[in-house]
Amino acid sequence: MSVILKTEKLRVEFSSRELRQATKVALTGLDLAVNAGEVFGFLGPNGAGKTTTMNVLLGFVPPTSGAAYLFGIDVRQPIARQRIGYLPEMIYYYKFLTAEELLRFYAKIFGLPRSETDRRIDQLLKLVELEHARKRPIKSYSKGMQQRVGLAQALINNPDLLILDEPTSGLDPLGRMKVREIIQRLKNEGKTVFFSSHELGEVETICDRVAIIHQGELKTVGSVNAIMESYPTLEKAFLNIIGYQPQTAP
Amino acid sequence: MRNIFAVAGVVIKELYRRKDFYVLFILTVLICLVMASVNIFNDKQIVRYLKELCLLLIWISSLVIAITTTARQIPAEREQRTLLPLLAKPLTRTQLIFGKFLGCWLACGLVLICFYIFFGALAASREHAWPLLNYFQAAFLHWIALGVVVALALFGSLVFAAPSSNSTICFVIVTTILTVGRYLDAVALAQAEPFRSVIYTVYFAIPHLEIPFEMRNLIVHDWPLIGWGFYGLDILYLLAYAAAFLVAACLVFRRKPVN
Repeated sequence: MSVILKTEKLRVEFSSRELRQATKVALTGLDLAVNAGEVFGFLGPNGAGKTTTMNVLLGFVPPTSGAAYLFGIDVRQPIARQRIGYLPEMIYYYKFLTAEELLRFYAKIFGLPRSETDRRIDQLLKLVELEHARKRPIKSYSKGMQQRVGLAQALINNPDLLILDEPTSGLDPLGRMKVREIIQRLKNEGKTVFFSSHELGEVETICDRVAIIHQGELKTVGSVNAIMESYPTLEKAFLNIIGYQPQTAP
Repeated sequence: MRNIFAVAGVVIKELYRRKDFYVLFILTVLICLVMASVNIFNDKQIVRYLKELCLLLIWISSLVIAITTTARQIPAEREQRTLLPLLAKPLTRTQLIFGKFLGCWLACGLVLICFYIFFGALAASREHAWPLLNYFQAAFLHWIALGVVVALALFGSLVFAAPSSNSTICFVIVTTILTVGRYLDAVALAQAEPFRSVIYTVYFAIPHLEIPFEMRNLIVHDWPLIGWGFYGLDILYLLAYAAAFLVAACLVFRRKPVN
């Protein structure tokens, strides 16, 4: 199986501009490898370094040391992003555009020909169930619809790798289910999905493998079944791995 | 270039889907039509005052549109987080800056076309003449000057935290240049050292937008066209400033964290 996403001893430090503020270490020598065709869950509590890892993979943050590769290409080169789709957490798309115009704009950046763009837009709006709202401005969309248009934009270039940052955050149960169904369908199409989430139930349902990160350090990586071997639920496993000690009442 | 035009296209769509331009255009039209309906002191040359007022309103409106539209571009992308999926695509930060600049500049050009057509129609209704070449010289140089303003506002949007502070600072700088910029050398002469050198440095460093601004007189007083050689040199001079601000914006943006 070919490795699509790889990090090698990835370390990221953020130096503070303020005096007497210590340098913050966001990632400490992270080694990850995601294989083609798998759905990979990236878990960790808030501030663990999940978004920082994604930011390095997307070329937003340069690593302090170590390296990250997408399809074997160093992430610092823009061409590494030609075959990926990315959905950030909590995004508000251009409210004056319609879903169709938004997708056309992103398709132009990928240099898709017009006929291919039209075909992809029809296909994606059908996939995310937004065909009925394709001519409506995005400002009139609900949160769930915005998230689905976000998924559509992440798929406009028919990417081989999808990076999703908490794709179901802030959605109601129906919205979550729809996003989960889409990820499942993408998995069936053979796409590689790398996503972070706090919804351990959905991770358990759709992920092939998961990695758990805490305070910038990789705690464990493996298949969902292997991690849950000695725990009744993924949540219990997660809490134990990050070293959470429940406080007993006095 | 494909990416730059794609980004510019979104900026232009934003301009014509927002109300800013329509409000300013309708205000200008209303003020000018009200002024055109009266003839104070039965002055036969009243049309000159009308043209002067109309052009002043066009300059103010175009500056408001250029600065406010440009100042919110990058901060809005950051605030709404659309910058993230954009830069996650094969689009460089330099292309984004150039796309934003081109979009704002072309949008200003479209705005100027509307304003100058109205101005031409208003003047023609009174004077029954269409000095098209004069209009072209004034409008085109006006557009080039707006290129400098747009580049300055784009640079400011990366330096200052809030779009409102950037807009205010840009307005103050541009208004100061338009009103007192040309007198700075005379002010410097009257000063002792080291103020003289400081003021001279400022005089030579600022982009002088007065020539495009004074082109109003060309069409208000029906002056002859200015020499094309001098006209071309002024365009090059202004474009050099726009390019300098753009390069500065690219350099600042390259070092800025995305979120």
